[in-house]
Amino acid sequence: MEHGSVRDPSSATFCFVDEDHTLANSVRFALNQDPRVSFCGYSIPHPSDAKVNIRVQTTGDPAREVLKDACQNLMVMCQHVRSTLDKAVDDYKRNPTDMDTK
Amino acid sequence: MSEQESSSDEIMSSEEEEQQQKEGFSYWNLKDVERGQLPPHIRKQGARVHCKPDAPTNTETLQYSGSYAAMGVDNSLRLDPFRENFRIKVIALDKDKMEFDMIGIDAAVANAFRRVLISEVPTMAIEKVFIANNTSVIQDEVLAHRLGLIPLKVDPRLFEYLSANDTPNEKNTIVLKLHARCNQGQPRHTVYSQELKWLPNGSEFAKESEKPDSKPSTYTSFSCSQDSQPEFAGNPISTMEDIIVAKLGPGQEIELEAHAVKGMGKTHAKWSPVGTAWYRMFPEVVLLDKIEGEDAEELMRKCPSGVFDIEDAGNGKKRTKVADSRACTLCRECIRGDEWENRVSLHRVKDHFIFTIESTGALPPEVLFTEAVKILEAKCERVITELS
Repeated sequence: MEHGSVRDPSSATFCFVDEDHTLANSVRFALNQDPRVSFCGYSIPHPSDAKVNIRVQTTGDPAREVLKDACQNLMVMCQHVRSTLDKAVDDYKRNPTDMDTK
Repeated sequence: MSEQESSSDEIMSSEEEEQQQKEGFSYWNLKDVERGQLPPHIRKQGARVHCKPDAPTNTETLQYSGSYAAMGVDNSLRLDPFRENFRIKVIALDKDKMEFDMIGIDAAVANAFRRVLISEVPTMAIEKVFIANNTSVIQDEVLAHRLGLIPLKVDPRLFEYLSANDTPNEKNTIVLKLHARCNQGQPRHTVYSQELKWLPNGSEFAKESEKPDSKPSTYTSFSCSQDSQPEFAGNPISTMEDIIVAKLGPGQEIELEAHAVKGMGKTHAKWSPVGTAWYRMFPEVVLLDKIEGEDAEELMRKCPSGVFDIEDAGNGKKRTKVADSRACTLCRECIRGDEWENRVSLHRVKDHFIFTIESTGALPPEVLFTEAVKILEAKCERVITELS
């Protein structure tokens, strides 16, 4: 859910339900490294509510698009981690002494 | 600054340095930092945690893309360098424990993997226990709780979640039976987890029906036997062995049926697929000066985890070398007292994680990690679809 203003789409707060630090902190990491972002941060308003608020302010681009791109980047990173792990495990199983893999 | 000046700065001769020393220190004589490149001390701050005797410094990671904008350095996320630099190195792997090095990733993401592993990768665990008879000293509710914590060796991906208004069926429930008795005149009987027997056809306990003459029913409604499914044929569902469930005295008996369902660790720790999953940053031990003779032996004695070793420096001299920095637990004994702080420096590499996963037996650890990464991906996907 997005809480933003109609006139200025470049800053908005997004509320993720049923999420916690796991996703919020990783998304914040991805957002922070995007040069279009001027500010971002997240908070969990109350520990008993399963929701997080993510604030995104950009230098002009719509916050929604920037957040989507951040998630996309994170997904690509995850996919790369997965394929690298599969390869590392395969290599290890084939030859437990030679552990280095790229 | 003009080009000419910059090149003349770089080739500052030793004479110039001497001249400087005579004149005294001045900021104007310092070399300019090249644009588009971070000076080494800033790079080190970003890459290493410095563990000092009282407290660590440089613990934060600078993520903001414009952190170094003033120096003309772009700190934004680039996927290509990430792909280039990211490495995984398996250190040890067996059926229930795995240790690997994950290099070139931020703590935020490494921690997300850890959190997902502990609380969001699903497994099967006993949720409902139907106790027909329990004359043992262990109370029903305590017994049920103990049963819930027994790990089941079954792939949770083959099952669905049982939601509130679902009826238990072969796709979402595993039924296990336990019938143990200690006969009169026999020594005490210990009930182990392997006495829980899988019932592939579902519950055997008849439900008391409210209406007379209605068809007899049980607590589950399986449409087919679970062992007719190819995944379970010749591969019966079992529990982790050798876990003591209860102890029975002569004449005592337990008869019950346990229903296991799919769940996640954030609901209850019994659904957590890992004993635990953790990571530590790679420890780096740097010798700041040559440590020789008596001092070398003292340093070796100081370190309880055997990080240091003594090498021969030629002509019978002994010199300290760092033999195994991975073994360092950061106890900081080596930098305690007597100016040792200035001779040895302890660091942690911020983007090198030694990740350890202990599986409880449902899935092998490498599969668990893959599942965890997939779950994080699914979370991102959910956000993207919700925003589109």
